[in-house]
Amino acid sequence: MSSKNKNKKPVVLFVKEEKEPLFSKKNRALLSDPLDDNNPITVQVLGICSALAITVQLKPAIVMSISVMAVMAASNVIISLLRNLIPNRIRIIVQLVVVASMVILVDQVLRAYAYDVSKELSIFIGLIITNCIVMGRLEAFALGNGVWKSFLDGVGNAAGYGFILIVVAFFREFLGSGKLLGYQVIPDALYEMGYENNGLMLLSPMALITVGIFIWIQRARNRKLIEKN
Amino acid sequence: MEAYFNLFVKSIFIENMIFAYFLGMCSYLAVSKTVKTAVGLGFAVIFVLAITVPINFLLDTYLLRPGALSWLGADYASLDLSFLSFIMFIAVIASMVQLVEMIVERFAPALYGALGIFLPLIAVNCAILGGSLFMQQKDFSGVGESAVYGLGSGIGWLLAILAIAAIREKITYSNVPAPLRGLGITFIITGLMALGFMSFMGIKL
Repeated sequence: MSSKNKNKKPVVLFVKEEKEPLFSKKNRALLSDPLDDNNPITVQVLGICSALAITVQLKPAIVMSISVMAVMAASNVIISLLRNLIPNRIRIIVQLVVVASMVILVDQVLRAYAYDVSKELSIFIGLIITNCIVMGRLEAFALGNGVWKSFLDGVGNAAGYGFILIVVAFFREFLGSGKLLGYQVIPDALYEMGYENNGLMLLSPMALITVGIFIWIQRARNRKLIEKN
Repeated sequence: MEAYFNLFVKSIFIENMIFAYFLGMCSYLAVSKTVKTAVGLGFAVIFVLAITVPINFLLDTYLLRPGALSWLGADYASLDLSFLSFIMFIAVIASMVQLVEMIVERFAPALYGALGIFLPLIAVNCAILGGSLFMQQKDFSGVGESAVYGLGSGIGWLLAILAIAAIREKITYSNVPAPLRGLGITFIITGLMALGFMSFMGIKL
């Protein structure tokens, strides 16, 4: 059984790649759609938890986006390779195990090379496992599509997720502490004139409100995303 | 006793899963359109959190922590398996959810009818894994404390989803700007509610 599948798959892949160039229009859409029209956070409502909790500063937000991208690309590829072998009834557990192993890898790498950031992100690296973006894309895409497409889908969605994270973190760090990536960007002269940092931006509720406003702007610009009720 | 009560109140209000840590936001946003389904999911979360947190506590104490294996003999005392905790916790959660689902189906069909669709969803609710990971950070002294913590966090989650569902039911009658309808306004309301919940932060227990 398994040898049959093994024989089948490379052929299918090969034919597909011959028919379609590596970056065909469809494949490019897989990368670019999640950035706006089909953004995982503001449209698909996936992976909100971590997006809100770690956006006080820009640096952890960037590290988190890169970690999610690594996990998503790797697990999408693995699940897509295994998609014909996984029995339908236990697929959730299989997906969880694959994702959890990838997350453990990322966690260990971060602990080795970026210990401060990994301390700051604390449990949120672990929570990538249950980040609905990863599971959602595995269920919705990787289980039914080829390896290369799944890879693109993983990278694209992670980029859409990272985009929101970085925008929110930019505003929160900029307005909240007058810094970007830890460096002060608002000149001292402005503080002397009486400018104050908005400490409220550093508190967690403002993350929600910032995302809310972002959604407002996006939907005002892109009218077809507006909800009915 | 007092310590348990303090922990209980703290995990419901001060360290509310949704308003303080944003855990379980995805299902919180997706399932809060009507009060009835919100309550169903809320009780399922309480149920699973109260079971999985103590189990994972035992697992952490006797298997994963550095030196936890010393009950096997001196040779094992230096082992540190804590890097396995993610995969162990998620495996426990996934299998407990499955088990709970089967038990509820067998012995309480009415409850199963009410919770049925929500139970499988819970395996990937961040609040559940988050509960276990916070438990690992907090160094509880015993199973009792971790069970109280799990129960309290679950109740806090139910409280939050119940409140937002009630507000969303009412807000359909209001004239919200079109681009804000649905998701946008829910985010902003949750933000305002979280601001309210921050007033609990000053309380020392």
